[in-house]
Amino acid sequence: MSAEELTITEKTDNNISAESDTETDTDNSASEISCDTDEYSVVYERPHTLLDVNMHYCPGCAHSLVHKLIMEAVEELGIQEDTIGVAPVGCAVFAYDYMNVDMQEAAHGRATAVATGIKRLMPDKYVFTYQGDGDLAAIGIAETIHTINRGENIMIVFINNAVYGMTSGQMAPTTLVGMKTTTSPFGRDTSVYGFPIKVSELISQLPGSFYVTRQSVNKNTAVRKTKKAILNALNYQKLNKGTCFIEIIGNCPSNWKMTPVESNNFIDEQMVKTFPLGDVKLPSAEDLKQLNQIGDKQPC
Amino acid sequence: METKLMKGNEALAEAAIQAGCDAYFGYPITPQSEVLEYLAREIPKYNTKEHIRVVLQAESEIASINMVYGAAGAGFRAMTSSSSPGISLMQEGISYIAGAELPCLIVNVNRAGPGLGTIQPGQGDYFQATKGGGHGDYKLIVLAPSSVQEMADFVFLGFDLADKYRNPVMILSDGAIGQMMEKVTFGNYTVHKTEKPWATTGKPESRGRNYITSLHIQPEKLEEHNLKLIEKYREIERNEIRFEEIMTEDAEYIFVAYGLSARICHKAAIMAREKGIKAGMFRPITLFPYPSKRLNELAHKAKLFLTVELNSGQMVEDVRLAVNGKINVEFYGRLGGMVPNPEEIVNKLENLISKENVS
Repeated sequence: MSAEELTITEKTDNNISAESDTETDTDNSASEISCDTDEYSVVYERPHTLLDVNMHYCPGCAHSLVHKLIMEAVEELGIQEDTIGVAPVGCAVFAYDYMNVDMQEAAHGRATAVATGIKRLMPDKYVFTYQGDGDLAAIGIAETIHTINRGENIMIVFINNAVYGMTSGQMAPTTLVGMKTTTSPFGRDTSVYGFPIKVSELISQLPGSFYVTRQSVNKNTAVRKTKKAILNALNYQKLNKGTCFIEIIGNCPSNWKMTPVESNNFIDEQMVKTFPLGDVKLPSAEDLKQLNQIGDKQPC
Repeated sequence: METKLMKGNEALAEAAIQAGCDAYFGYPITPQSEVLEYLAREIPKYNTKEHIRVVLQAESEIASINMVYGAAGAGFRAMTSSSSPGISLMQEGISYIAGAELPCLIVNVNRAGPGLGTIQPGQGDYFQATKGGGHGDYKLIVLAPSSVQEMADFVFLGFDLADKYRNPVMILSDGAIGQMMEKVTFGNYTVHKTEKPWATTGKPESRGRNYITSLHIQPEKLEEHNLKLIEKYREIERNEIRFEEIMTEDAEYIFVAYGLSARICHKAAIMAREKGIKAGMFRPITLFPYPSKRLNELAHKAKLFLTVELNSGQMVEDVRLAVNGKINVEFYGRLGGMVPNPEEIVNKLENLISKENVS
């Protein structure tokens, strides 16, 4: 989402983000305008933690927006130097082309194991993974559960769009009941493929999970909540109390065969019925008190 | 200098500590669980705030090798160990590590297979270790110890070679070398620390971001990367070939064997000499890079090579390639975790010699 969109959507409280996403390079034009004239002041800029390159994501896709939110959070917290990201196989496998922090690309499903290897050796760094639903909830479910069960002090960002995006729309472990995909052409049949996995609820049962929340980015209010969740999750690494898990219900217009607007509406109309938004597990008041006392200290 | 009586697996674990191994990730499997056990007990003693050292029992060999990927990618000396079925599970991760050019140490205490096989020693993973194992075009540096002392020595060597070439190194041992007790001396090595400016340690203002990847989506870029890897493997072949020769100066008949088989062939060569047969032994220490050139030279002088392995004939293919038809290369193997004694190897040689004389 660009500066213009943010400004407009904030003013009108009207969701036009998906439509505007089809335009490219609006960021540049926005900053040019604000730089060249005195009439305008800069209300939004690309964070310097996000590289100034075109992304490969489809128009209207949630990935680019979530990338931006994470990198904004890294910039605002001033932790670029201390942040290491891990992005595994999936649509976000090229995340290191966009995020201006040190990164490792991981094998399919293994991001949290890779992140464990990094964080255990560098406990004073901020480590996050960025994973899709096929990666995290199918092939990598063992790594997911055991990483969280060990309470690894990392942030897991889990993009749940109910399909395998990169391989063009096959059924995922989170595909809704009855939802048509290229490998469930007649709709997901529970007698054959069971039910969508609710990962947030599942892993919140583990004592190793510290903060678990499910958010979306399909409208402006949701974007702000997700940003806040990311800021919280990174901050909580200072406490070293367990894994922070942010599930983000993403859209996949290309593979859902919808326009961006339709796909954003689909989240509100259908996805949230199976994956209700909101916090699943929160730190205690005592934890938050401790966090305030810690202040700017690095994770321990 | 300190000499101890130790199991092969334990000597390897102790060497890991002394070689400055920062991180060990593993999963229990016979016959190598002592490595994980020893390190779980000993590494915490060396863990300080200034030098964090990690030992972690992972949920699987798949997780282990990917934890190694993460730690190695962050610039640390990382290793894992397992035995054949576990090493099979790691192959995907090993391919990624080779593709991303991460230095690390992988230990395979080979047991007999296929499948669950048995926990007794085997050498059936020779192809897997030396020809790739996982998907794609890559090579590991493969070191084959044949004593408890070498189980320790090759950890130092392995970490140094891994760092020097930014390449994964495998120690291909077996259940017997891992489990046997021998005296082992520590203190012969110095630990070399290599600068790793490519590691993902967090991006300071002074440099661009570092990223670790094996992904090159453009065919032109991947081919470029492949060619770079091949050139690295050629360089390793030029610099790092290691082997041992026993009584080969005047030998007419040469056993070619590595690891446990080489120990047995050493004895067999001595026994054959006592019987008046001019026997010797050639032991490849690096299985990649393979000492093909030296074997070819020896083929000019010898009459026959007898390759002995604990498998159905894997390294013998490399021996034949090296010799290139110059002399006859015969094979003797035992399978299923069975280990030959020196007498049966000498008998085999005598049979071959008598056949040769008849024809």
